[in-house]
Amino acid sequence: MPRRRRELYNKEICACSIFGAMNRDGDRFKGQGVIEAIANMHVRGNGLGGGFAAYGIYPHYQDYYAFHVMFTGNSWEAKRCAKQDLEAFLCENFDVVYDEEIPHGDETLVSDPPLVWRYFVLPSKSGEDANRTEEDYVVEKVMWVNTRIENAYVFSSGKNMGAFKGVGYPEEIAEYFMLDREYDAYMWTAHGRFPTNTQAWWGGAHPFGLLDITVVHNGEISSYGTNRWYLEMYGYACTLQTDTEVIAYAADLLMRRQHLPISLVAKILAPPIWNSIDRMNESEKKLLTTLRMVYGPLLMNGPFAVIIGETGRMIGLTDRIRLRPLTAATRGEMFYLSSEEAPIRLISPELDSVWTPNGGEPVVGELKNIRMVKDEVIPLS
Amino acid sequence: MARAELDESVPRWDPMEQAEIDARGIATRELNDRLRDLMKAGIEHVVLKNVCGQRYIGTRLYTPEKKKMEIEIFGTPGNDLGAFLYGHNIRVHGNAQDGVGNTMDDGEIVVEGRAGDVLGMSMRGGKIFIRDNVGYRTALHMKEFEDKKPLLVIGGTSQDFLGEYMAGGTVILLGLGDRTHLANHIGTGMHGGAIYLRGAVDPSQVGKEVAISPLSDPDRELLKKHVGEFVSNFPELNLDLSEIMKKEFVRLSPRSKRPYEKLYTY
Repeated sequence: MPRRRRELYNKEICACSIFGAMNRDGDRFKGQGVIEAIANMHVRGNGLGGGFAAYGIYPHYQDYYAFHVMFTGNSWEAKRCAKQDLEAFLCENFDVVYDEEIPHGDETLVSDPPLVWRYFVLPSKSGEDANRTEEDYVVEKVMWVNTRIENAYVFSSGKNMGAFKGVGYPEEIAEYFMLDREYDAYMWTAHGRFPTNTQAWWGGAHPFGLLDITVVHNGEISSYGTNRWYLEMYGYACTLQTDTEVIAYAADLLMRRQHLPISLVAKILAPPIWNSIDRMNESEKKLLTTLRMVYGPLLMNGPFAVIIGETGRMIGLTDRIRLRPLTAATRGEMFYLSSEEAPIRLISPELDSVWTPNGGEPVVGELKNIRMVKDEVIPLS
Repeated sequence: MARAELDESVPRWDPMEQAEIDARGIATRELNDRLRDLMKAGIEHVVLKNVCGQRYIGTRLYTPEKKKMEIEIFGTPGNDLGAFLYGHNIRVHGNAQDGVGNTMDDGEIVVEGRAGDVLGMSMRGGKIFIRDNVGYRTALHMKEFEDKKPLLVIGGTSQDFLGEYMAGGTVILLGLGDRTHLANHIGTGMHGGAIYLRGAVDPSQVGKEVAISPLSDPDRELLKKHVGEFVSNFPELNLDLSEIMKKEFVRLSPRSKRPYEKLYTY
């Protein structure tokens, strides 16, 4: 994999904000409340990154992979070139059923926006690829674009979902992409950024995603180097210059490719410390020791709180000694995760329950049904 | 809404007229400025309505003449509630977030709900009463000096690292409602003060610097006094002091005042 030299950046104390809201009945809602909630934690970020992931927003194209692609570059010409290269590649490897520029507001709302385009595609596999799963095929092609096509980044590639992100405060990014009025989703996650180790750029904003898995993250993965080398062995290329990317790829590897349940995934990413393992009974001890042996390089060291989104599910997880905050709450069919309690109360003053999950223990909200357009109810198996 | 807008040209509102602030949409700094103006004007009781995430409420309320104020909060105050609090009283009708009483100097904070992580961090005086559970690293490096002795009473239980690097003061964990204490790493690095737990704790849950002992008579007197204060702070719970005191407590205290004496040598 090509590696680029990175500039060192003066470190500051970080405090990103993360927020997620999910309607477990699958009823879809506009982004307004989530935008207000993440904006309530404005002071945690510094305007150098904001983003959202929304699930259930493309019911008319629900069977197609929705690629959100940003074309960066200093000039209009550079962006146009990147777009041409990408489209040539897409036409060769996919059937593109529809494409358009992602609608956005006035460009003065944000600084230096890239050209952001969406494509609804189906894989067109041929030759040796015929035996591979669709998902593996898509992942490989996404990685190919992100490493080989200059100035083109596929930052969202799932079905019936999409990520929207950029440099700015999250409320500014939301305004730019008109998330308060353009989209209805049954689940939203959001992020306000305070970049710690790398410079801010549009691709480096959260969420990070692959297929339908997205991650928003507060903290700092100090094991990034190790995690990244391990993931490269499985074909994941880290191109977005920030640590959170490895969590998204690790989640894809463990949850989608290896079919591990989230309870085990949590024990891989945030394993209990050795002297806690020593106190467990023999069978637990054996399991945890084995996991640490097999998946040692996927241990995420350092402080983190993340919200992982995927179709029908929202997962909150912190590092094993909870060095970053996470509050969970429910109200009726609504499920919330947030860095702080106040933003949850802002949009839902009354809550049925509110709690702080233990470090390393995942909290999971799951959809009972996904309700699609025309009120068809499709149960999730 | 929490956008820090620091427009000094906005006409200052007259503190004499009211002792209630609608905090909706007000930024942290402005809210604390208003509290400060009220205190200087001699107002002794302030009600804050619709608080939602504003931080450091009650900080910067220092006067050489040690003016005191009662602050009543409706809503959810933000992180570091009562940071550096200088002798004032705060009551929250609801939950609090992380960092309540950070480096608090004196006064009293009562939370009718739960509190988040690092409650009472570096606290050096005053009292905090939390009705429900608290998060990680409660009483982190709490300290005492001569007559300044902080007190923390928690109605529920705590998550891991309670009393980490604790250097002084008193922490009481009541575990009301038959809650068991599941926290690990209690008192790691502890070298002063005492933690009283109502109910049992396994030696594997506490740091190696911590000794677990039964209560002495002076301990029991001290507990009765402070738990009594807790009971009277939450009349809505209808708690019975003698009922609470019937259950066994344990005392956690440091084995050594200088646990790292031998670790750092020249």
